[in-house]
Amino acid sequence: MTDMSQPGTAAPSGKNRSSLLAADARTKRRNASERRFRLMGLIAVSIGVLALVGLLTSILGNGLSSFRQTYIALDVYLDPAKLDKSGTRDIEKIKKVTTFGYKPLIEKALVAAIEKAGVDDQGLSGKKIGAMISPEAPATLRNYVIANPDKIGETIPFDLLAGGRIDGFFKGRVTMESAALDRNTSPEQLRLAEALRDKGIVVTRFNWAFFTSPDASDTRPEAAGLGVALLGSAYMMLVVLVLALPIGVAASIYLEEFARQNWLTDLIEVNISNLAAVPSIVFGILGLAAFINFAGLPQSAPIVGGLVLTLMTLPTIIIATRAALKAVPPSIRDAALGVGASKMQTVFHHVLPLAMPGILTGTIIGLAQALGESAPLLLIGMVAFVREYPGAPPEGFFDPASALPVQVYNWTTRGDPAFVERASGAIIVLLAFLLMMNIIAIILRRRFERRW
Amino acid sequence: MTFLKTAASALAIGAISASAATARDQIQIAGSSTVLPYAAIVAEAFGENFDFPTPVVEGGGSGAGRKKLCEGVGENTIDIANSSSRIKQSDIDNCASNGVTEIQEVRIGYDGIVFASDINGAEFAFTPADWYNALAKQVVVDGNLVDNPNKTWADVRADLPAQDIMAFIPGTKHGTREVFDVKVIEAGCEETGAFDIFKEANGGDKKAAGKSCNALRTDGVSVDIDGDYTETLARIDANKTAIGVFGLSFYQNNTDKLRVATMGGVVPTVDSIATGEYPVSRPLYFYIKNAHLDVIPGLQEYVEFFVSDDMAGPDGPLAEYGLVPDPELAKTQEAVANRTPMAPLN
Repeated sequence: MTDMSQPGTAAPSGKNRSSLLAADARTKRRNASERRFRLMGLIAVSIGVLALVGLLTSILGNGLSSFRQTYIALDVYLDPAKLDKSGTRDIEKIKKVTTFGYKPLIEKALVAAIEKAGVDDQGLSGKKIGAMISPEAPATLRNYVIANPDKIGETIPFDLLAGGRIDGFFKGRVTMESAALDRNTSPEQLRLAEALRDKGIVVTRFNWAFFTSPDASDTRPEAAGLGVALLGSAYMMLVVLVLALPIGVAASIYLEEFARQNWLTDLIEVNISNLAAVPSIVFGILGLAAFINFAGLPQSAPIVGGLVLTLMTLPTIIIATRAALKAVPPSIRDAALGVGASKMQTVFHHVLPLAMPGILTGTIIGLAQALGESAPLLLIGMVAFVREYPGAPPEGFFDPASALPVQVYNWTTRGDPAFVERASGAIIVLLAFLLMMNIIAIILRRRFERRW
Repeated sequence: MTFLKTAASALAIGAISASAATARDQIQIAGSSTVLPYAAIVAEAFGENFDFPTPVVEGGGSGAGRKKLCEGVGENTIDIANSSSRIKQSDIDNCASNGVTEIQEVRIGYDGIVFASDINGAEFAFTPADWYNALAKQVVVDGNLVDNPNKTWADVRADLPAQDIMAFIPGTKHGTREVFDVKVIEAGCEETGAFDIFKEANGGDKKAAGKSCNALRTDGVSVDIDGDYTETLARIDANKTAIGVFGLSFYQNNTDKLRVATMGGVVPTVDSIATGEYPVSRPLYFYIKNAHLDVIPGLQEYVEFFVSDDMAGPDGPLAEYGLVPDPELAKTQEAVANRTPMAPLN
């Protein structure tokens, strides 16, 4: 290459002697090539940074609004003539009244509230006014009444979800122009909502329900939350941690410290490296065949997801653990063996504690990878509409659940544009978790890593 | 080491709980992604109003759903398959060979397929013949079949806007594509006379002629979308002159972004599809495994709730979301109450 110094060409004899002060042609060339390389590096870094900034602004711009939600504060009269015709307060009879029976009560309450506040109702019919409230609201009311049947006949204050379009209006997603074309809302509804906000009946505030409530159907994006997905992801990570860490560490210790070096261990080693590069969907196919079809484990369950992700994470953990074990200097082992420790004592008392930070870092990075994985989950039925929270472990591992990445996928396929906001919000939550895990890994490495 | 002990005991707990897996108490549904939103709406309302857990609804496609339904009888198999096309004899045979003998067929309503472009674009009034002449590989010019020469919609028919032809149509794995092929392309093929020429060329074989009709041009003006309608919408957003194919419910949720085209002079609405005036529609179904009816709690109640007037009727939430109600809903309700298994396909 050009920077190889060759005495013959580098310093031609005669008067053309090189000076340290004036750069000759060759030095200039070398400097220019270095500048070029730096520039290229800079361009590469800025492309990366630009892509990241673009991604983050798009996600944050779309998704941050999902952390706020619009509510309507209403005093609803729980009409006994509608909710308990028999007048016996018999819970079984009250349950017979479906959410369809609660809708008119809410409609009436909102119309009354508008009248009381002295707001112009924009000439909207009662039905159109009722449509400003989320279809989730009757369910909120019904659950309350079933939990407190003695409150029938009283007027109870409720904080009810506003409809998706009204919510979108306060977040800037829906405008007067788009509402004029939208069959699900109208500019009149938006003007009424604005007037109600000025009266303090409609309020937008932090959306805790986004983290706790389950998924919702296409007609009520405003009620959709990450509760089941968060729980499902947590259960899966627990399964992965409990299975992958001991199996991975045990396998690495054996391979690194005890196993003899022969063709069999070589073969295993090559296979482990290979497995780490296998596309994750392959593990999904394997999981479907082995855990659901053969072992008979239930569909959509976190246990199956956890097992599949365990298979996927194992190679990562084994490779990281072996690297950590290898980094412990042989002098430690020699010293321990020298004072009479057995091989096992050497490993567990001296080598493993010193390798622990590396092992934990590898495990956390493996877990983070598993947390963001969606492809294998597609095949084992986790991309489903699940509204029931899974129970407490261990039974809960077998209940249907969703997971964060598949919830994102699920929401991006929905027809209502409000789900775009929800999906971006879920991505932000997922990114926050990944960031947190990576920071923990970095802290662990910084705090406990030892250099020899 | 303590952590080894913890790990071992955790494994033991895992193994014990694996054997103690309890009986399934929630309904499991899979299948068509067109039916999925309707099924989710019903599942949600069912969970709210009954003492049974909310059913788990999965997408995956009509064919995959029916295949899963036919995997056998037992808690590890699904109870209901949603389908945007009718069950096939091969599915029924597959079911029978796996011991699934009694299946109920429930038609929940109709789905309209609409053609829409960007809200700020030109207005279109199509006929099936226009679509055939725009997208087919070979079209009739002066009584002869030639490779499609049309570049703009105005080339197809003079009173259409002079706008480059660009169409996003559903990929072949979608049930929507089948309807598009049969009700638009093949109908247009017959209308333009290409069908007769194809039939003659194939010695009177109607099937081969139909196949020739469905050969679309491959020069990039017709793009298959294998993803969801959200992808089609994003493509149209980027390419303002393109026309996309959507489900009616998706269009109804995005009327502020899309301008719908008429077909044969009819605007697609729930009403015009229900009366049959708007030609491009198809029935939606779900299939229930009768053997599960008394095993999985709430299954019978869910099925009856789905087809009840409250849900699937003309004023119910499904119709509001874009499902075209079935005029023969009462018949379906009766069949469901009697658990009538479906008759052999004719």
